[in-house]
Amino acid sequence: MTHPFFRAVLTALLACVAYGSTWAQVAHADDPFHSFAWPDLHKAYLGGEPFVFDARVQVSGPAFAEDPMNVPISVDAKDLPDVTQIVVLVDRNPIRKVLAYYPQQALLPRVSFRFKMEQASPVRAAAKTKDGVWHVGSTWVESSGGGCTVAGATRQDGSWSKTLGLVSSRVFDQSPDPAQSTNHGARLRLRVMHPMDTGLVGGIPAFYLNRLQVSSSTGEPLLKMDLFEPVSENPVFSFDFAQRIPGPLVLTGTDNNGNRVAAQIE
Amino acid sequence: MNNAMKIISIYQPFLAFLLLCLGSVASAQDRATLDYRLKARALAPGVYVVEGTNADFSPANGCNIINTGFIDTEAGVLVINTGPSRLYGEQLRTLIARTTARPVTQVLHLNLHPDYFLGNQAFADVPRRATAETRAGIARESASYESNLYRACGDWMKGTETLAPNTEQTPGRWTLGQHHFELRAYQGHTASDLVLIDLDSGVAFVGGLAFADRIPTTPHAKLPQWLTSLRQLESDLEAELPGKQLRYVVPSHGPVRPDMSALRQTRDYLTWLDGTFSQSAQNGLEMIDVLRSPVPATYRTWAAFNTEFTRNVTHLYPQYEVQSLGAAQPLR
Repeated sequence: MTHPFFRAVLTALLACVAYGSTWAQVAHADDPFHSFAWPDLHKAYLGGEPFVFDARVQVSGPAFAEDPMNVPISVDAKDLPDVTQIVVLVDRNPIRKVLAYYPQQALLPRVSFRFKMEQASPVRAAAKTKDGVWHVGSTWVESSGGGCTVAGATRQDGSWSKTLGLVSSRVFDQSPDPAQSTNHGARLRLRVMHPMDTGLVGGIPAFYLNRLQVSSSTGEPLLKMDLFEPVSENPVFSFDFAQRIPGPLVLTGTDNNGNRVAAQIE
Repeated sequence: MNNAMKIISIYQPFLAFLLLCLGSVASAQDRATLDYRLKARALAPGVYVVEGTNADFSPANGCNIINTGFIDTEAGVLVINTGPSRLYGEQLRTLIARTTARPVTQVLHLNLHPDYFLGNQAFADVPRRATAETRAGIARESASYESNLYRACGDWMKGTETLAPNTEQTPGRWTLGQHHFELRAYQGHTASDLVLIDLDSGVAFVGGLAFADRIPTTPHAKLPQWLTSLRQLESDLEAELPGKQLRYVVPSHGPVRPDMSALRQTRDYLTWLDGTFSQSAQNGLEMIDVLRSPVPATYRTWAAFNTEFTRNVTHLYPQYEVQSLGAAQPLR
């Protein structure tokens, strides 16, 4: 019969091992940035589903974020077949999910936008293909940070309420991509005016666009996006079409206070 | 006093001028002792420039990348810009005391940028002059300048706190002792860009309007106004100091030269930048595409290219983008 003391010690040791194996995060072996945050991100935002780090998902950012409230990122997964969604995550932001992009119809699996960084961090784009596997591309952006915890310009000067929801846009013929010289694609660029408050500034609740959708004039959805607090103030987006959709397009959306965005673009 | 001493005392200013001409530009600062090793280079009798390293801010160069200066007049010494830190200001004042027996009686700031005024603590006892717009800008932004420079420069910044300018400076003719200055106000690099033209020595301190062999900084820039100002400044210099009367142009950063080449370099670069941004926006380029576009080889060799070009795009490209988009029709 083991002495109660030894039983207690054994139990304690086993508990430590069991607890420790779930608690001590280990960076993924293939993660180019050896980030301890990645296993958590995978569980929380990719549902723990099958994934692979994949250089075919290109994430392009600046070497350093001169303006941590407006960090430009371009994601390009055109070498992957049948991409159903692209999720952008920032390992070291207080709010780590930036957006989810669902290209449909003639939209390429490519998106560009600006977002806020709280500190230097890996930035991830996870592209889900039809087979249910996430392909994760990464880049590192150096930053002095603080972008998530400072109020934006139009919030500070109060002008946000005069311009809320106003949309500017243009369709540029030919996706500016030298590899597609024979392709008559197009790029849609649009801006929606919104303060995009993160809720992390004292006294200012979270107030941000949460859904945007572009449809054809006949009502077919062409692309959908779920947006979150880290998307920059008065966000500008670029989407690339493999073939230009004729006729005017319609942009609809909402923010987390139920305000609606609706505009005819081009 | 014997004859030899009389002769020396008569020629003292010229001797000082000769000796200082032999001095070289700022040698490497000593990080261990936080000694900027400032050197005064005489551009004319009594007119000195204190040259910084032509680079971006870094602890290695002590964040001393600015050209400051001082002018010895019968009404005391005028200091032009006081550098990026309290230590710089103190070492500048010591350098001035080694150079001339006259006391500092005036400080002038040519614009609101941090390395133009963060040495002011060493000049607390003299009037510190700036235009009304520059004073307002310093009041607004000095806190974030302090954060940024503390982060970028480390120990060099120890004990530095903003001591704001306390005297309003307006443009026009300014006489100090027997020295005649012409002060001109421009805009474009910032909301208020002051230029000091020394009519007696032919030296023009042009501040941030001109960068020599260096990518211009653009956090407050408005390119069309800046380009107009450069054209105007060139013709103003030709009017005030015609022909060979213009002896030196002192830019904010980069080498001092006996001609207006710094203005032309800056004008060329800004014209290229403006054209590239317009074209890129009209072609629907994203900011990342612009960052990766080809840049003429000359500019890639200029100081601070790697960081400043990224900054130029970040600061300025969004305005061009917005102009390229049209207002969409709201639907209900």
